[in-house]
Amino acid sequence: MPLFEVEGRSYEVDEDGFLQEPERWNREVAKDFAATEAIADLTEEHWKIIHYIRNYYLEFGIAPMIRKLCKETGHKLNEIYKLFPSGPAKGACKLAGLPKPTGCV
Amino acid sequence: MANDSGEKPETKMLDELEKGPWPSFVKEIKSAGQTSASAQDLLRQLELSYQEKKGHWKHGGLVGVLGYGGGVIGRYSDAGDQFPKVAQFHTLRVNQPAGWFYTSDAIRTLCDIWERHGSGLTNMHGSTGDLILLGTGTAELEPTFQELAQAGFDLGGSGSAFRTPSCCVGMARCEWACYDAMKLCYDLTMAYQDEMHRPPFPYKFKVKCAACPNDCVAAIARADLSIIGTWKDEIQVDESAVNEYASAGLNLQKDVCDLCPSKCMAWDGHKLSIENHECVRCMHCINVMPKALRPGKERGAVIMIGGKAPIMQGALLSSVLVPFVPAEELMDTLKELIRRIWDFWDEYGNNRERVGELIQRVGLPVFLDGIGLDPVPEMVSAPRDNPYIYFQVAKDGEK
Repeated sequence: MPLFEVEGRSYEVDEDGFLQEPERWNREVAKDFAATEAIADLTEEHWKIIHYIRNYYLEFGIAPMIRKLCKETGHKLNEIYKLFPSGPAKGACKLAGLPKPTGCV
Repeated sequence: MANDSGEKPETKMLDELEKGPWPSFVKEIKSAGQTSASAQDLLRQLELSYQEKKGHWKHGGLVGVLGYGGGVIGRYSDAGDQFPKVAQFHTLRVNQPAGWFYTSDAIRTLCDIWERHGSGLTNMHGSTGDLILLGTGTAELEPTFQELAQAGFDLGGSGSAFRTPSCCVGMARCEWACYDAMKLCYDLTMAYQDEMHRPPFPYKFKVKCAACPNDCVAAIARADLSIIGTWKDEIQVDESAVNEYASAGLNLQKDVCDLCPSKCMAWDGHKLSIENHECVRCMHCINVMPKALRPGKERGAVIMIGGKAPIMQGALLSSVLVPFVPAEELMDTLKELIRRIWDFWDEYGNNRERVGELIQRVGLPVFLDGIGLDPVPEMVSAPRDNPYIYFQVAKDGEK
């Protein structure tokens, strides 16, 4: 299992860089992972989305559908891409400490 | 890229796939292997797969380029230790030009880019329609994307997105084209860039444009929204050309009239008569006698919905949604229709439910009501065979 190391902290991740130990997640972890997703600074807008995804995952065990994410956070999809350049699935879910979302190619 | 080990891959089992008169992907990968180390490792891994009867690609993978949520499909090997050059072997989908027309310069440029950044292996074209670049590492994705963009190419769609629309060669090469499928395909591509690059839907949404009912892109079987060229008036007949076919030995009764699915034609030895209102646009007669018969003059397209191949549920063929749209009104009609379809599907579609499956689940009447379309007889699948629907010939003066 690959390790992601930053400032002396190390995390077990999968090959796409998703956290493998969901119980380790906290705000510090999200900040550590932000640099890997081309995000310089986590703003309140970022946190709103991260918390929504995180809470949804804790409640239902999966990532929310895109439509629901947009509706509940009040962000249009292209705004989410501005906040998380690699997108909600790869960027936002990774920072929220979710395992890699499954999808169809 | 050079081969590190310097040894040719042993491919005893794969060699079997080179035998016979048909094209062989093994031969092609071997040829790429002369200059690409990852193509060699690909052969080695595939040989192992044949020996063990087991695939070595892991399921899924989530990689991409910044700003886009699709266009790259992550591929990882579970035997990366043995075959390091294919440990990461991602696929890029590149938006193809409408009708798959390239200049040789464009193809050389694409291949040069891919030899610099990837395995050099391409698939022209994948069943999605896109140009597929096979095999590269995560670190190469962004540089490849930048170079492709410099050369005027963009990535296509993947995941739960508006997939890269594709079309037949249309008016560029085909006299039967009932509308300009290449233009429509291009216009749709440009109109829905957001939906293509940033997947917003419950599942994938495919649009294919076929310019005539021959449906060379198999839109009816593969696209959620199929736009298939057709005509409203009568098949154009050149009687002297019909007689030429007959005198040249074509058996019009056996090879044309008897094979017409709706039996709408008759041949009395001199004249071919067609009951045009019975014609189901199967194209058989036109295909057999291209010099004598042509589609009518009032041309446009039928818009159909719900086609898909089996993944989550079984295969579906598209059903008629709008029986006829004149060619010049197609883009405007489609824009309005697509907006309504997406609104409904977005609201009521389950995760990973294609629009055709949603229609099956809620029923066509509910779907039509949802998108604000009135039902019409053409929407009934096989109307003449359905005992629950009784058709009467309209009396004079009745609508």
